[in-house]
Amino acid sequence: MGAPGFDVERIRKDFPILARELPGGRPLVYLDSGNSSQKPTQVIETMRDHLAWHYGNVGRALHVLGSESTDAYEAARDKVAAFVSAPSRDEIVFTKNASEALNLVAYAFGNPIGEDERFRIGPGDEIVISEMEHHSNIVPWQLLAQRTGATLRWFPVTDEGRLDIERLDELVNERTKIVSIVHQSNVLGTVNSISPILARVREVGALMMVDASQSVPHQPVDVTELGVDFVAFTGHKMVGPSGIGVLWGRRELLDAMPPFLGGGEMIEAVWMDHSTYAPVPHKFEAGTPPIVEAIGLGAAVDYLTAVGMDQIKAHEKELVAYALEALREVPGLRIIGPRTAIARGGTVSFTLEGIHPHDVGQILDDVYGIAVRVGHHCARPLHLRFGIPATTRASFYLYNTTAEIDALVRGLHHVQKVFG
Amino acid sequence: MIGESMYQELILEHYKHPQGRGLREPYDAEVHHVNPTCGDEVTLRVKVADGGKVLDVSYDGQGCSISQAAASVLHELATGSTVEESLSVVDEFTRLMQGRGTVEPNEEVLGDAVAFAGVAKFPARVKCALLAWMAYKDALMRSQS
Repeated sequence: MGAPGFDVERIRKDFPILARELPGGRPLVYLDSGNSSQKPTQVIETMRDHLAWHYGNVGRALHVLGSESTDAYEAARDKVAAFVSAPSRDEIVFTKNASEALNLVAYAFGNPIGEDERFRIGPGDEIVISEMEHHSNIVPWQLLAQRTGATLRWFPVTDEGRLDIERLDELVNERTKIVSIVHQSNVLGTVNSISPILARVREVGALMMVDASQSVPHQPVDVTELGVDFVAFTGHKMVGPSGIGVLWGRRELLDAMPPFLGGGEMIEAVWMDHSTYAPVPHKFEAGTPPIVEAIGLGAAVDYLTAVGMDQIKAHEKELVAYALEALREVPGLRIIGPRTAIARGGTVSFTLEGIHPHDVGQILDDVYGIAVRVGHHCARPLHLRFGIPATTRASFYLYNTTAEIDALVRGLHHVQKVFG
Repeated sequence: MIGESMYQELILEHYKHPQGRGLREPYDAEVHHVNPTCGDEVTLRVKVADGGKVLDVSYDGQGCSISQAAASVLHELATGSTVEESLSVVDEFTRLMQGRGTVEPNEEVLGDAVAFAGVAKFPARVKCALLAWMAYKDALMRSQS
């Protein structure tokens, strides 16, 4: 099987951790990439090499090391910009994670420092999210609503795990200031169609943000094609390191926004009683940034590009179709999310009748070395909507195989034997 | 198979056949505790007689086998004992759970609760085992204030 030219066994060799043995001689079956992905040698070595031979602070050190670090850090920005087809490299803001990127935008609203009408918000104004959001795309907007008196509203989710946009015209209206929606759900796997929502957002003159933490790692994402105003994603889910995230925003909006954090390198000039700010993206990168992490993300982007995002998407589509079929034979297993491989990514969450996900995860790990995630996956409201406290989630990436899905199914049969 | 040693027969037995489950009247105090990392929750009531005897510990909740079995074992150990006795069991159980697997359990004090000794080696699951027990301690304090 496999997409033409895609050799999963060759890819697995790039990820040293996949060959390790767990205590007791169990091989590792890593099905938790939706949580955080593993790292290829190319990323590890790039970071190691930079730390060993080039490291200095960026943007402010005049010596050789400082300029080598600055060059590598800024080259990473170029790579990320190209990876998501950003019209300008200055539209790529490095943050520490996707949460920070989402908060950065949320804090631009209702900030008295800002003068742009589009970011003014108060009582009577509305913010729209959805019931399938990760907490990082819920809580920043709750906080914004609390700070400003604005109203938080949300799209419901259908029983099949799709975004329910039947009431789109009512939910997104003249009072709406921002709509922030996940591109691919971290629980359901659902890939949301952005364009119908965006069309309405434009009609009412609001702004739109997309949380692409689970889509940018797994499919080609072109921010211009997407057409929204802001996109957030994170390095550690796309074979890069943790500690580095990305905010892409339309230049003209980033320029209009007030700074987020104040500190070194985000300024133009400072007096004792006021400051002027650096142009974007540096306006939003206060303090010494995660230098080696950004460079690692650049290497990750190189790696994914060399493999091919179309190839990765096709491989994961095969995996999820295989998994959805294979899991049907486990009695009492209920998939939470779309049961067909259409408009969904390689994330499959499920419940096993009468057995708590923590018990499922523990047995899978201890007996079979299968790493899955259990719990509410930082999407508690979505679980409440389905009337369940938690799920077990298997999430796939470019290095996973159908044999690993077979192991999962065997493991689940064993779990049922222990608790049956 | 490290984990299966955590799932002692006694734990699985209590999970499949929980003792004293269900909220009952009368009661002196009711508390609701949750484990925010996994969503496990327990609602627990205590009824204490004037002499300090625990007349009933009733509970309801949802969660993994460890948290539910721990509530069932707690019910058995606490009901019929005195407040003082049961608190010393809670203290010993807490000490065992927080000992990262290095604490030698006092079987005389713990009774059936000694079956949870293996859980202490799994930091992520310690909170599951302690959920109902911490709720019990909290409920006793409220009933006496």
